[in-house]
Amino acid sequence: MSILEYFDLVISDYTLRTITFGTAALGAICGMLGSFAVLRKQSLLGDAISHAALPGIAIAFLITQTKDNNMLLFGALISGVIATYWIRGIVTRTHLKTDAALGIILSVFFGFGMLLLTYIQKQPNANQAGLDKYLFGQAATLVTKDVKMLLYVLGISLFILLLFWKELKVMLFDAEYTQTLGFNVKFLDLLITFCIVLAIVLGLQTVGVVLMSAMLLAPAAAARQWTDKLWVMLFLAAIFGIVAGVFGTAISATGDNLSTGPVIVLLAVGIVIFSFVFSPTRGLLMRHFRFKKNKKSFQQTKILLDLYRKNKSEEGEGIPLQVSNFPVRTMKELQDKGLVHIEDNAWQLTTDGITQAKNINL
Amino acid sequence: MAETKYAIRVHDLTVAYDYKPVLWDVHLEVPEGVLMAIVGPNGAGKSTLIKAMLGIKKSIAGTVEIFGQPYKKMRKEVAYVPQKGTVDWDFPTTVIDVVLMGTYGNLGWIKRPGKNERKAALEALEKVGMLPFKNRQISQLSGGQQQRVFLARALVQDASIYIMDEPFQGVDATTEVAIINILKELRKQNKTVVVVHHDLQTVPEYFDWVTFLNVKKIDTGPVKEAFNDENLAKTYGINYKVTVNQ
Repeated sequence: MSILEYFDLVISDYTLRTITFGTAALGAICGMLGSFAVLRKQSLLGDAISHAALPGIAIAFLITQTKDNNMLLFGALISGVIATYWIRGIVTRTHLKTDAALGIILSVFFGFGMLLLTYIQKQPNANQAGLDKYLFGQAATLVTKDVKMLLYVLGISLFILLLFWKELKVMLFDAEYTQTLGFNVKFLDLLITFCIVLAIVLGLQTVGVVLMSAMLLAPAAAARQWTDKLWVMLFLAAIFGIVAGVFGTAISATGDNLSTGPVIVLLAVGIVIFSFVFSPTRGLLMRHFRFKKNKKSFQQTKILLDLYRKNKSEEGEGIPLQVSNFPVRTMKELQDKGLVHIEDNAWQLTTDGITQAKNINL
Repeated sequence: MAETKYAIRVHDLTVAYDYKPVLWDVHLEVPEGVLMAIVGPNGAGKSTLIKAMLGIKKSIAGTVEIFGQPYKKMRKEVAYVPQKGTVDWDFPTTVIDVVLMGTYGNLGWIKRPGKNERKAALEALEKVGMLPFKNRQISQLSGGQQQRVFLARALVQDASIYIMDEPFQGVDATTEVAIINILKELRKQNKTVVVVHHDLQTVPEYFDWVTFLNVKKIDTGPVKEAFNDENLAKTYGINYKVTVNQ
């Protein structure tokens, strides 16, 4: 099945449509909220929270003995929030820095979660199979109810962003200053962190615990390359997230049943790499060309000035300058422009060259 | 008792980390309309003092009054210019947008800046000589230009009190002149300005009031009286003779 046939199918096939909507909505949520995580230098918080969600899922299953997705995700939400709270606690109360706190919480929660999972798998209850889908995600299990949930959260996040746009913007840039303006920074921080935790938890079903942070960071990192405006960054990140979600689903469905989560994440990372290389202002490629071009023009300018100064220091005609003393390629370029010529085995400025050298303004 | 109008009254302010106090029982009165420098050695708690005054750092004791009212009620009267190194200048925004942030406090929650706020922001940029850069990406600014943008952001707040954390740190000559001019103008408008300052040589030239701080307040008063060798020695622990052309 080709991608085109696939998109025909999306329109007609209910299940595919549901999944595509779901991954698109997830991409949009992650792109928007991920931008906040990236700009607050909390990129790794997402990783810690998603790993920390695992024991919540397991405990929720143990208590309710059902695999109701919303129940399990509620458990994930609670353990995600606890993890976030503990990370903050470690950073503010001990000498450990954020990276250490994240590492500790991530491994403790994830380890505990894995322990619970293996315990659950040994239970006689036949119901336990399938919990491991939260490890790597399984988009195919998305049903209408899940997609509705994703769309609700998308709507709520959008509403919060629009309502508190100015407050969130100034807090992202300068939190201490925001406080002196009289805004409750703790409230804003709580609001945005809660949204991020919510986005992560909702992504677990599709992308899984292990890859979730990439889903959060990749669209944002890519978007940052293309713009210097905050709202454009959020918008682009959402678009990139949607593209990765939709096309990831398509590729995984048309290929040999490739796991959707990893495909989505790889696509998102592909967008990041493309952006890092090809962005017109920040991209590696353009920066390389700009550097080369500037280097060339600086070299030419410098030689023009050198020749001009030597000419001026002598009365009348310029002093002869040995051809061998000058870089061949740069001189060739200047010669092609008609600014210099060789006379008596020495470089001389042409009339045009003199005019141009006079006008150089450094 | 003759009433002197105090812009800021800090009462018994104490800030501590873990085991040692950073600020101990600081009692400070700043009369309205003065340009005051806070000087002291590294680690004396200069930045901590202003951050505690602004409620950014938690104090374990003490109160801060602005024109006789608790600071929390008077936030709008106080504009803060943080050290320029405290933010990420690669943040995706422009010069004018940063300056507009100064208007957010008076706007309050949810309301967005409009025409009047924009006009005020442009005027502030003009004052600090940054108008030609209004649409510039903040990542492309030099250190001095960053400082001037922060200054403009505080100016649009149109506050009565300006609190600045080392505005002269690592800036070019143009910026230094711009800051001095702003300080002079603020004095003309009878605003109160408190500046954490590092360069002792320039204290008598730029300021008319000075506070010596080294965990405890050593002394405070008019520069002509308080800026003397005794206070310098007490604060810096050595015989710190400053040659100044007073």
